[in-house]
Amino acid sequence: MTALLETRGLTAFYGDFQALFGVDITLARGETVAIIGANGAGKTTLMRAITGVLRSARDQILHAGTGIGHLPADTIMKRGIAMVPEGRRLFPSLTVEENLLIGAQHKGGRDLGDRIDSLFARLTGGPDPAAMAGDHDGSGHWSLETVYDLFPILRERRRSPGTALSGGQQQMVAIGRALMSNPDILLCDEISLGLAPVVIRDIYAALPRIRETGASVIIVEQDIGQALAVADRVYCMMEGRVTLEGRPDTISRDDIHAAYFGAAA
Amino acid sequence: MIGLDTLVQGVLLGGLYALFAAGLSLVFGIMRLVNLAHGDLIVFGAYLILVVVSVLGVNPFLAALVAAPVMFALGWLLQKVVLNRTLGDDILPPLLVTFGLSVVIQNALLESFSADSQRISMGALETASVDLGPVTVGVLPLITFASAVLVIVGLNQLFYRTAIGRAFRATSDDQVTASLMGIRPDRVFATATAVAMLVVTIAALYLGTRANFDPSAGPARLIYAFEAVIIGGLGSLWGTLAGGIIIGVAQTVGAAINPEWQILAGHIAFLLVLLVKPRGLFPQGGGR
Ligand SMILES: Nc1ncnc2c1ncn2[C@@H]1O[C@H](COP(=O)(O)OP(=O)(O)OP(=O)(O)O)[C@@H](O)[C@H]1O
Ligand SMILES: [Mg+2]
Repeated sequence: MTALLETRGLTAFYGDFQALFGVDITLARGETVAIIGANGAGKTTLMRAITGVLRSARDQILHAGTGIGHLPADTIMKRGIAMVPEGRRLFPSLTVEENLLIGAQHKGGRDLGDRIDSLFARLTGGPDPAAMAGDHDGSGHWSLETVYDLFPILRERRRSPGTALSGGQQQMVAIGRALMSNPDILLCDEISLGLAPVVIRDIYAALPRIRETGASVIIVEQDIGQALAVADRVYCMMEGRVTLEGRPDTISRDDIHAAYFGAAA
Repeated sequence: MIGLDTLVQGVLLGGLYALFAAGLSLVFGIMRLVNLAHGDLIVFGAYLILVVVSVLGVNPFLAALVAAPVMFALGWLLQKVVLNRTLGDDILPPLLVTFGLSVVIQNALLESFSADSQRISMGALETASVDLGPVTVGVLPLITFASAVLVIVGLNQLFYRTAIGRAFRATSDDQVTASLMGIRPDRVFATATAVAMLVVTIAALYLGTRANFDPSAGPARLIYAFEAVIIGGLGSLWGTLAGGIIIGVAQTVGAAINPEWQILAGHIAFLLVLLVKPRGLFPQGGGR
């Protein structure tokens, strides 16, 4: 069966610096996969490549069997792959509610802008990413109301500037914002970073409800215990490569230690 | 000598300058692009309206309505084809390219229309005035000022009440994260410049009907616009209106003292405001 998402020999570069060296991961429909690894292992780079912020070769990333590595970020998002970026990255000029609404800015189908872009692409012979946006229509369980039900505190703070909230609340906005497009695949990059343990618990408590709606999830996490607790499968990365892959119940602490820090021997 | 009348004339003149400036402010606020051809685009718009008036024989307001969609489309193309390629971490390319554009527009207008100065005739409206108690003001300056206020209210509505405006603000905050939300920054920028060109059309209508213009009239309008934007605080539309009014009042007061001082007084007011408030009156985030 084709994986929902797959990377094949994925490489990524920042200028001359190579950050990923042939990364292979898969995500099956309905699955939750965790990616762990030390600082600088390449986890965020992997997320950037999948979301199209960093472009790759077409067939290094497959979405339900279709090569998407060459597509720009907005087209990837329109295909139903949403991102909770590292550091939350709320829009400071937008209120909490506007930050959420912007996640649902794209409401499926081809709008006038897409048509103009396609026409323009045809006239200039340029690429037409709009044609690759697929048929994900952005409808589903998640709306302002259901996101507010998931994180009730956001309803109270909806008129505040997004960046006036506490770190944990900002993280809730970032998650809600990604959910607003009703993604098939949700990518979360270090959603527990810098937060107090009680806050982390609150945020992770939302994960089962997100999975119930049918989303498949990739979480990037430095907290190994947290990752093993929620994931169906775990990948460990080191220096731009996958060094371990397995189910939480079958991999040992020693395996993880070796994959995380490199074999000391 | 400097009576209420002078002040009122100055405020109304400020409306015209605010119209010159609003498009510049909009584009700068969203993409940090200083369009050095802004004044020339206004002059281009004035010629376009002039042509529509003489070809279709309609009145200037109707002609502006005809010109508006053309200007909108031109703005979209200009941004999409030319200016988007210049945006990046380096601020020099957009300055060079828009400076080049300014030269191209001026020369094209010179070739097509000669250096003779032109005027779009408003007929009786040009001299009409209304009595407002202590002062008598021209109807055309009054309409200009009202248009400026309407433009700024309209742009603020667009910015803070619509999905497009949300995308404008988000893209201005953080392009990469905006693209993760399905927004295509180059398209947002093209839309913004297209909208700015609608404002340019309105500015062109009043530039062309209130005074003579010729192909070289652009750069001076750019300077007034620029000063208004800076005085108001970069990115604040109401600040831009305030900036326009300050320059308008300074020029009228200067002219009342000595007609030769009109332009100079405007520039001095600009420098004074910058001395007191280097970031303008309503720096970013202020003028909601
Ligand atoms: N914008 C950039 N330009 C150049 N090099 C970068 C850039 N971003 C990351 N790198 C480098 O790429 C490598 C992988 O970084 P990445 O951010 O993907 O790691 P990470 O696993 O997410 O780390 P962390 O846990 O600290 O978030 C590192 O060596 C990093 O220094
Ligand atoms: Mg990271």
